[in-house]
Amino acid sequence: MFLFIPRLLGEGVDQAFTLIQEGEHTRDEINSLLLRTAILVVVFGLARGVFGFIQMFLGDTLSQRVSNRLRMIYFDRLQAQSFTFFDGVHTGQLMSRGLSDIEGVRMFVQTGLVQVFRVAVMVIAAAVFMAIIDWQLALISLGFVPFLAYRSARLRMQLRKTWRQIQDALGDLTTTMQENLAGVRVVRAFSAQRHEEKKFDVTAREVVDLRLTAAQQQARGGGSITFVFLLAWAALLWLGGEKVMSGDMTVGELAQFFAFLAILRFPVRMLIMIVNSTARATSAGGRIFEILDLPSQVVDSDQAKPLEVTSGVVRFEDVTFSYKATPALKNVSFEASPGHSIGIVGPPGSGKSSVANLVPRFYDPDSGRVTIDGTPVSDVTVESARLAVGLVEQDPFLFDGTIRDNIRYGDPEADEDSVIAAARVAQVHDFIASLPDGYDTVIGERGIGLSGGQRQRIAIARTLLRRPKILIFDDSTSSVDAGTDARIRLALDRMDGDHTVITIAHRLSSLQRSDEILVLEHGEVVERGTHDELLASDTRYRSLWELQQKQSLGVDE
Amino acid sequence: MATVAGKDKQPDRGRTRPAAAEEEHKELHESDEEMFSQLDSTVFQRFFYYAGPHKRQMAIALLAVIGFTVANLATPLLVKIGIDSAITESRSGLLAVIGIAMIANAALYWITNYLQRVLISAAALEVLYDIRADMFLQLQRLALSFSDKTPIGALMSRMFGDVGALQEMLESSIEVIGDILTLIGIVIIMLILDWQLGLIALAVMPLLLVLRFVWQPIARRAFLVMRRNSSIVGVYLDQNVSGIRVVQAMNRQDENHDVMDSKVRTFFWSSVRAARLGGILMPTVELLTGIALALVIVLGGARVLDGTLEVGVMIAFLLYVQRFFEPIRTLTMHYAVLQRAVASGHRIFELLDIPIEIADKPDARPLGDIKGRVEFRNVTFGYDPERPILRDINLVIEPGQTAAIVGPTGSGKTSLTALAHRFYEVQQGAVLLDGIDVRDVTQESIGHVMGMVLQEPFLFSKSILENVAYNTEGATRQDVIDACKVIGAHDFVEELPEGYDTVLEQRGSNLSVGQRQLLSFARALVANPKILVLDEATANIDSYTEQVVQKALRRLLAGRTALVIAHRLSTIRDADKIVVVEAGKIVEEGTHSQLLDADGLYARLWSTTYSSFDDIASNADTLVANPQTAT
Repeated sequence: MFLFIPRLLGEGVDQAFTLIQEGEHTRDEINSLLLRTAILVVVFGLARGVFGFIQMFLGDTLSQRVSNRLRMIYFDRLQAQSFTFFDGVHTGQLMSRGLSDIEGVRMFVQTGLVQVFRVAVMVIAAAVFMAIIDWQLALISLGFVPFLAYRSARLRMQLRKTWRQIQDALGDLTTTMQENLAGVRVVRAFSAQRHEEKKFDVTAREVVDLRLTAAQQQARGGGSITFVFLLAWAALLWLGGEKVMSGDMTVGELAQFFAFLAILRFPVRMLIMIVNSTARATSAGGRIFEILDLPSQVVDSDQAKPLEVTSGVVRFEDVTFSYKATPALKNVSFEASPGHSIGIVGPPGSGKSSVANLVPRFYDPDSGRVTIDGTPVSDVTVESARLAVGLVEQDPFLFDGTIRDNIRYGDPEADEDSVIAAARVAQVHDFIASLPDGYDTVIGERGIGLSGGQRQRIAIARTLLRRPKILIFDDSTSSVDAGTDARIRLALDRMDGDHTVITIAHRLSSLQRSDEILVLEHGEVVERGTHDELLASDTRYRSLWELQQKQSLGVDE
Repeated sequence: MATVAGKDKQPDRGRTRPAAAEEEHKELHESDEEMFSQLDSTVFQRFFYYAGPHKRQMAIALLAVIGFTVANLATPLLVKIGIDSAITESRSGLLAVIGIAMIANAALYWITNYLQRVLISAAALEVLYDIRADMFLQLQRLALSFSDKTPIGALMSRMFGDVGALQEMLESSIEVIGDILTLIGIVIIMLILDWQLGLIALAVMPLLLVLRFVWQPIARRAFLVMRRNSSIVGVYLDQNVSGIRVVQAMNRQDENHDVMDSKVRTFFWSSVRAARLGGILMPTVELLTGIALALVIVLGGARVLDGTLEVGVMIAFLLYVQRFFEPIRTLTMHYAVLQRAVASGHRIFELLDIPIEIADKPDARPLGDIKGRVEFRNVTFGYDPERPILRDINLVIEPGQTAAIVGPTGSGKTSLTALAHRFYEVQQGAVLLDGIDVRDVTQESIGHVMGMVLQEPFLFSKSILENVAYNTEGATRQDVIDACKVIGAHDFVEELPEGYDTVLEQRGSNLSVGQRQLLSFARALVANPKILVLDEATANIDSYTEQVVQKALRRLLAGRTALVIAHRLSTIRDADKIVVVEAGKIVEEGTHSQLLDADGLYARLWSTTYSSFDDIASNADTLVANPQTAT
């Protein structure tokens, strides 16, 4: 479409020329000829515009489709990643990839992909048209193409490297920013704004410098390409001019050549932009695929079938487990069932939380087995395992939204009665009801505005609402006072149906009623028995118990 | 913006919003209408403000752009001269000269092109850097009430998404400036060559301008909606990454996929709408190009016949009309970018324009060395002025004293400590440090005399050394180690793979909560503040660590004024003064034994079998009524 216009113009020139030189045509003939050309120019102009619009619109829409699809895949992939993955990567890094890098890919699809195709078609078509007129001159006029190919390939390599550095630096900047916002209270408390500014400055500077490098590379590469392109103009005028003078060519034909080159100007200019966006997209794509290609360490095995929970017996058989290189559990064995609750205590870092995390298969053990009702959790679908297990953590994350939505998080369809029932068991209903907006109260990001104990109890209600067969409390009442804690436990016992309960706590009174208590130290079970058994002999448990009794001076219990 | 200021004063607690996620931007802009009325000119004015310091560089860049434009426009002119004067006249020598001139022109093009690109890029990057730095600065200055209610994802989206859109525009501004100059150059050349034909070719321009005026407001709105929807997607992504443990534990992946999908879809349709509006100018411009060309052909051709126009001029015209519309075409393409950038610029300046509620007075001075007397004088405060959290508080803590603040949740304990650091502004009354109003001193100096240990120990993903020495100038490695030894963190730090140089994972997730808390105690100790605030700092500490911490606390509190919020009575008992707060008022004040003798709320709680004040407001009656429910 674009190529018809130079042709028409060339014809117009030739017509004008013939007119002047020959003067044979009548005024009317010429006028109608000119009119015909004019109408064609308008029609082709409009057609070109419509096609341009369609192309731009499709480019835009396609790019959004691609990037949104990528965004969804990225999102799903992140949701499916194992905890091992999240332990080692910063939210800022993940956000930077999810925002900036996907945008980089989008821009490429929008401007790059369609344009690459267009440039190729135009160069080839122009070459054909030109060769038909005069193949020698065509060769000269298009002599810049190989250089263009070479130089843009080199530029692409350079830019790709630079873009990778830019994106990594942007990732760092995002991380700095994210931490600054998340830790705002610490920053303020220490009056560390200036310190933070300096930190920000260093990374932001780096981004600026790298982007400048990219601009320079682009300018150098683009400049030399355009220079060679303009040399082709000079060569065409010179050699073409000689040809016209020697009578091998008409002026109109030469004008057509120039018109073709003029048409190619725009794509050549676009090309440099394209090279840039390609380079950016390849390295951004690389960063995204780094995440997408990372296999989740916890996936359904091939024969995985849904777990059928009958009674909810959890067994640890000789389980050994480590986070990366740090050993966390060594040969741990125990069994928990509805009639046999387990309590776990131990110093920080002794592996208590590891036990909790292995049951819903947040991680896989290095050796040994974790089974639910006799089936190893690694043999069942991850989804069904998590459905069976309700784990409440010490530092629960609450989402931006109402208290009701937070409690219903695991079961958005739940009715008001079940929400209230769960909140009652978690001993948080009265508190919620005392708020002016009750269950509609919005709790901000990270639940700021609630005390630790309130957040923990909302998290308990959230887990209870799902009615899991197996309940694990990972120090989830640490900020709740002992009295409320005891009432939660009492209410749990009264709840319908049998539950397997594993309680991890440092407050021994929370464990007192467990059927078996394990004392963990350095990932090993060093003592086990009932509360009374453990108190009867000279155990670590007993000294801890005495210590806690002394600390509370008879007040705690 | 008045509305923003008003919004800012809303309370962060117990605030309700009718619909959750879609409403997230209400914080930052209230009504579209108001915003649109003042959009264009202000945003551009602000850009120019930021460009100000780079005037010199911009001026040089502009020279380069002019050189570039000349080189750009000279090419067809040289072709015309070549054809008219050399080829048709068969003058080989002149042709060679013109050929060389074209090569020289190409070189000029090269150099000026390089210069304009690099110079403008550099200036643009500096502008962006300044804008981003200002945003960062603004976020450091805004009152905590802002941070409390604005999702991090929303801010990140502005810092990165919107600044990125600006970047895109500034980068394409290189092309745009060249294009505009080219346009002007072409108009001048055409008018010089033949003013009548020139005017005819330009006749379509007014039409284009009219169209643009109609189109602009509609397109802009579409782009703004698109940016906002994009931000909503970002916020949701951030929430899910942060809460991933809950997501997985609750099997919410499918549900979340659907939510994300609907957000992405909304974003998609808004971007399709924006694309449609962005692209609609394209056929219009092309049609007008065609009409202009047709006019030149018909009218110009007729005049060539009449002998009033040279054929070379007509060829040049045809080439120039082509060229004339090329910049218009690219400008049309860049227009979408520009619109997006204006929308983004608006979102950026909106953030920058939120008034800083708590700013240093012009004559604020540093607090300097103080003894550490803390006084609340008739303090009334509320996040929402209509609903005060604290009412008429009078409290004095003498230097070196430890005051324990107890009371039910929501009684205003945390607000009280936050006021001491001037995180929020009092409504009435004053907070005084050594008799000096906190509003009369620089906020920075308050941080140097006051340390805080909060319930949630936030650590940065830096080394332990850097974390413990956080913002304490001149703190040595030895200081850090000493502090950790005193606090009892030294042993576990030594056991880490790289000891004090171990880099913490996000929020210190490779440490237990108790260990993190110990490090935050050490951090406060290194800072060596005169006044210390402990806000439920021991709530997350297990019994093992607690023995250590109790000892550490004694060291930490020695010689300092302390405000301690705790819910364990055992922690509170030893305080010099116990302050019982209920519903925003101090109801009792005294030592442990004095309060027991007074036989008030404190004594009543003490006599029950409960160890905590958490939730007493809602549960006190049931507590007393059913003591047997506790083991």
